[in-house]
Amino acid sequence: MSSAARETKKQVAEIGEKYKYGFVTDIEMERAPRGLTQDTVRYISAKKGEPQWMLDWRLGAFERWQQMKEPNWARVHYQKIDYQNAYYYAAPKNTPLKQSLDEVDPKLLETYKKLGIPLHEQMALAGVAVDAVFDSVSVATTFKAKLNEAGVIFCPISEAIRDHSDLVKKYLGTVVPVTDNFFATLNSAVFSDGTFVYVPKGVRCPMELSTYFRINASETGQFERTLIIADVGSYVSYLEGCTAPKRDENQLHAAVVELVALEGAEIKYSTVQNWYPGDENGLGGIYNFVTKRGDCRGDRSKISWTQVETGSAITWKYPSCILRGDDTVGEFYSIAIANNFQQADTGTKMIHLGKNTRSRIISKGISAGKANNTYRGLVSVHPKAANARNYTQCDSLLIGGKCGAHTVPYIEARNPTAKIEHEATTSKIAEDQLFYCLQRGIPQEEAVALIVNGFCKEVLQQLPMEFAVEAQKLVGISLEGSVG
Amino acid sequence: MLEIKDLHVAVGGKEILKGLTLAIAAGQVHAIMGPNGSGKSTLSYVLAGRAGYEITQGSIRYNGEDLNALAPEERAAKGVFLAMQYPVEIPGVTTLNFLKTALNAQRRARGESDLDAMSVLKLVRKKAAALKISEDMLKRALNVGFSGGEKKRLEILQMAMFVPKLAILDETDSGLDIDALKLVAEGVNALRAPDRAMVVITHYQRLLNFIVPDRIHVLAHGKIVAEGGKELAHELEAKGYEHLVGKAA
Repeated sequence: MSSAARETKKQVAEIGEKYKYGFVTDIEMERAPRGLTQDTVRYISAKKGEPQWMLDWRLGAFERWQQMKEPNWARVHYQKIDYQNAYYYAAPKNTPLKQSLDEVDPKLLETYKKLGIPLHEQMALAGVAVDAVFDSVSVATTFKAKLNEAGVIFCPISEAIRDHSDLVKKYLGTVVPVTDNFFATLNSAVFSDGTFVYVPKGVRCPMELSTYFRINASETGQFERTLIIADVGSYVSYLEGCTAPKRDENQLHAAVVELVALEGAEIKYSTVQNWYPGDENGLGGIYNFVTKRGDCRGDRSKISWTQVETGSAITWKYPSCILRGDDTVGEFYSIAIANNFQQADTGTKMIHLGKNTRSRIISKGISAGKANNTYRGLVSVHPKAANARNYTQCDSLLIGGKCGAHTVPYIEARNPTAKIEHEATTSKIAEDQLFYCLQRGIPQEEAVALIVNGFCKEVLQQLPMEFAVEAQKLVGISLEGSVG
Repeated sequence: MLEIKDLHVAVGGKEILKGLTLAIAAGQVHAIMGPNGSGKSTLSYVLAGRAGYEITQGSIRYNGEDLNALAPEERAAKGVFLAMQYPVEIPGVTTLNFLKTALNAQRRARGESDLDAMSVLKLVRKKAAALKISEDMLKRALNVGFSGGEKKRLEILQMAMFVPKLAILDETDSGLDIDALKLVAEGVNALRAPDRAMVVITHYQRLLNFIVPDRIHVLAHGKIVAEGGKELAHELEAKGYEHLVGKAA
């Protein structure tokens, strides 16, 4: 046994001891030792104070993961990841709070300003003590009270595993099975934390689950796990992420998001992702390997994904819908921007299983610099899915002559009544468009932002109002320096 | 206001303007006529500062300033406006949004504050009515699906909004029927002012019946080959460009 493994074993034993006696708060260890073994999984589970069934679930995933191979079919290139040379768990660090905005990197502040983020949120994001200007605790409490009244459960998934274990047990892994794919299986074994949402029967969630999230969830961790359940006839809109640039020392991110919509329920899931993309020379940056899937389990349910992906060095992500119930609807609206050396391979899967199921895919890919942007999408109509409809529109915009756009649609129709439409265009920002804007007094970078926002309009319109404005600005900022 | 001396311009290494000299005073309207390929559009682009139009010799002075030292958007903010022969389409950007963005960019460059959406809308409505530009047109994406006449009217609307000092109209008459032509000419005439100079570039004499110039210059093979008052247009209409062009070759 290696020394690292021995060390882990010892810690797990120690923690186990502590839990036995109910001492949970005094955590000395900052992080689990490097590497991934069964003991790492036990360590994480113990840290979270999880019940046995959860540990068993994780261990099962780990066993499976060891037999799996990293996929290589995506159009992305990166150095092989050494999974034994990474950390898999770090307790939230108590970084000392800054006393004022003066202590924050001016470059970061400038970006916040460009995005139009309110001052108190700037402070929260930059790690400034916010009590003076903004009582985040009381806001959080107000939100909590409102949600409680409606019966909505909205909490960290680690809390849900302890307090709502029946719900978690019933739904976890039912949309993205433990053995689904290499990264999802890895996540199942070592996920650190994430979000759990349950909206009861007939309840329309009284607020966008976003603002609260944005202020509070700065430490989401490397292996995030999200589970959202919309019970019969309910509605919820959830926004993940933030337009503000986010730095993270962990290079590999492998999140799993599962959505379950029961009969007549609707889930709207929006993402704005702006993680560190690496520098202009392609050094550094986050690898973002995400599995997101929604299950329209009940008849007449609807799941809608909207994403604005501007960050990360590598994005590998296909938010999908399983249209299981009859008359269900799946939607995917996407903007993916890749600049400099960024690589994005993203798209969706629409699996039509039920009758009269409908899906709509609108994808806008923008490539600049030396970046590569791939749309990869599957529309599959199963034999029983009579009268299935799909409309797909994939538009690519190229800025400059060194980037690439690729469209890879897969279409499988096994029912003769299926109607599937696919439209794809590739265009460049034309020199005459830029000149026209310049002649009217609009400077180059503003002109590029204007043209690109026009190109993305149909998707931006899908975002919750407050974020649409920020996302619009983000589009411009992501492409700064891409022309000229 | 505008002083062009011995201007030589190359596009892609090929010399198009070959020693053009021209002076226009404030308050005047000058017409530049000439056959296809004579360098009319090149002149308009080089005045606006389009990339790829390289001045190899000579100078352009605008209100005493070296125009070539200014970026295209700086020229716009200082009052240079080019109504284009082929206005471009920008999908997804509403006409109103474009007008607001452009107006405020120019204002910012001059150190003025932004106008809010309501003030811009008021201004646009005031100017749009005279050009028969509908509210619906302003809500559509810029020039997307516009008819030839609509595109040209929108160029004149922008000219009216930005109140330039030097307005260049490049073949504004091309593709217009007689009613649209009158409408556009009325718009242009309304903007004639003692502190404004205009350059009207056209292939045909027809437009000059409606916008009567103070001077006419005939451009051929990259040079001015003839100059005169408004009567020169009628002479050209009768005799064609042939006899003048022959002289320059």
